[in-house]
Amino acid sequence: MSILVIAEHTNSELAPATLNTVAAAQAIGGDIHVLVAGQNVSATAEAAAKIAGVAKVLVADNAAFAHQLPENIAPLVAELGKAYSHVLAAATSNGKNILPRVAAQLDVDQISEIVAVESPDTFKRPIYAGNAIATVQSSAAVKVITVRATGFDAVAAEGGSAAIENVSAGGDAGTSAFVGEELAKSDRPELTAAKIVVSGGRGMQNGDNFKHLYTLADKLGAAVGASRAAVDAGFVPNDMQVGQTGKIVAPQLYIAVGISGAIQHLAGMKDSKVIVAINKDEEAPIFQVADYGLVADLFEAVPELEKLV
Amino acid sequence: MKVLVAVKRVVDYNVKVRVKPDNSGVDLANVKMSMNPFCEIAVEEAVRLKEKGVASEIVVVSIGPTQAQEQLRTALALGADRAILVESADELNSLAVAKLLKAVVDKEQPQLVILGKQAIDSDNNQTGQMLAALTGYAQGTFASKVEVSGDKVNVTREIDGGLQTVALNLPAIVTTDLRLNEPRYASLPNIMKAKKKPLETLTPDALGVSTASTVKTLKVEAPAARGAGIKVKSVAELVEKLKTEAKVI
Repeated sequence: MSILVIAEHTNSELAPATLNTVAAAQAIGGDIHVLVAGQNVSATAEAAAKIAGVAKVLVADNAAFAHQLPENIAPLVAELGKAYSHVLAAATSNGKNILPRVAAQLDVDQISEIVAVESPDTFKRPIYAGNAIATVQSSAAVKVITVRATGFDAVAAEGGSAAIENVSAGGDAGTSAFVGEELAKSDRPELTAAKIVVSGGRGMQNGDNFKHLYTLADKLGAAVGASRAAVDAGFVPNDMQVGQTGKIVAPQLYIAVGISGAIQHLAGMKDSKVIVAINKDEEAPIFQVADYGLVADLFEAVPELEKLV
Repeated sequence: MKVLVAVKRVVDYNVKVRVKPDNSGVDLANVKMSMNPFCEIAVEEAVRLKEKGVASEIVVVSIGPTQAQEQLRTALALGADRAILVESADELNSLAVAKLLKAVVDKEQPQLVILGKQAIDSDNNQTGQMLAALTGYAQGTFASKVEVSGDKVNVTREIDGGLQTVALNLPAIVTTDLRLNEPRYASLPNIMKAKKKPLETLTPDALGVSTASTVKTLKVEAPAARGAGIKVKSVAELVEKLKTEAKVI
């Protein structure tokens, strides 16, 4: 049995989610090969070769793969994937974009966002916004799976010494083109990888007030997230959204400030180790999942909290 | 141009679902059902394209039980011109749905197919991408902006670090993200008019599509419950607990 893991990367850097995906591959068991498809990815391929437990790194360096366009990458992955028992990718926006296309090309069903491996063909995954956990079994020749990073502890980024092999398949399908991108700039840790996350909701009242959360986060070395209400109200950009339709986080500590705790938000954070809720409405549903709840005005509590930590 | 929109009948997003005691699934008996919220956004986008004069006809399609006609009528009341129901009583996996949609695409030859990015019941986020693979069309997933110009469509996509814009050749597949638009409500006169709009019913057999699946659900369980937490009285007490009891800061 051998497993192909699609590396998540920015061409120049390997993304941490790759390490969690390799961990899921280890739980399945078998030879683990990592595919790095992109442009000018030699440094990323070397980083992938150092991941503990990886047997081989396949490199597809081609201008057509530079922006991870699924029309170009999916045929490559489907072609390579035929030789494997499992094809895995992280359930990032990239993984979710590419992998179902690969599965359809291989004519197999895909299993999305697994959080546990029961056996090489049986997996657990959340459905209905995390309100139920389904155990699913696949009889497909190639099992195509996306992995929820927070379900698996990352493997060590160092310690491996895999062989690097070039593959020269695929190219530009000619049906799509990259036009541009606008990336939000942030010096804080990445939301999905942070040990502490401080999130604000509608209770923050406006975008300016998020500065209270930024100062607190900087003191804690935390990332800042938001509820869908805060994003829809235009307080903060959407890449900060935690929830069923945003990012899924499971930090050591999650501090929810002015967030009521709608089902859609809980789906994104209820696997956090410790949850703290600060809300002035003591009936807010967030208190049902919070380990520590504080009924208080956030504009008094947050500055005080910042002083004390 | 012709736009095809796929809609799914799902449990209403406000319902807190319960797992059945025999672990065979979630209990959907007597639970309110609605159009999947991402599908509402897809219908709205198609209607806006028609209002701008870009789209000439909107065909809405659903794959599901007889009752999915309700969701198709809703879409017709919102501005779709006609509807197709591919009737199947079984719960179908995304690949089967994508194959059925491919058969409908072959029949209807739309220039643009709009789907929601995911259904809030199975949370799969697969069907649009699979349909794109089967048709060979380009895909613009998680769209927050869609602009048709000539024989191309520019799609701004929500990605992990921000936004990305891609240009796709038409025909193309687009899946909607939350911020694409704010769906409208159906007015009473439009709901009445929608009852007269055409609704065609097909079956997987008639379309010549096999809906067999390689994935089966063994059981469905409730997630592990979190232990009851405590309420603290002050920020000082909170910090104290986090430092000494939870040891997370």
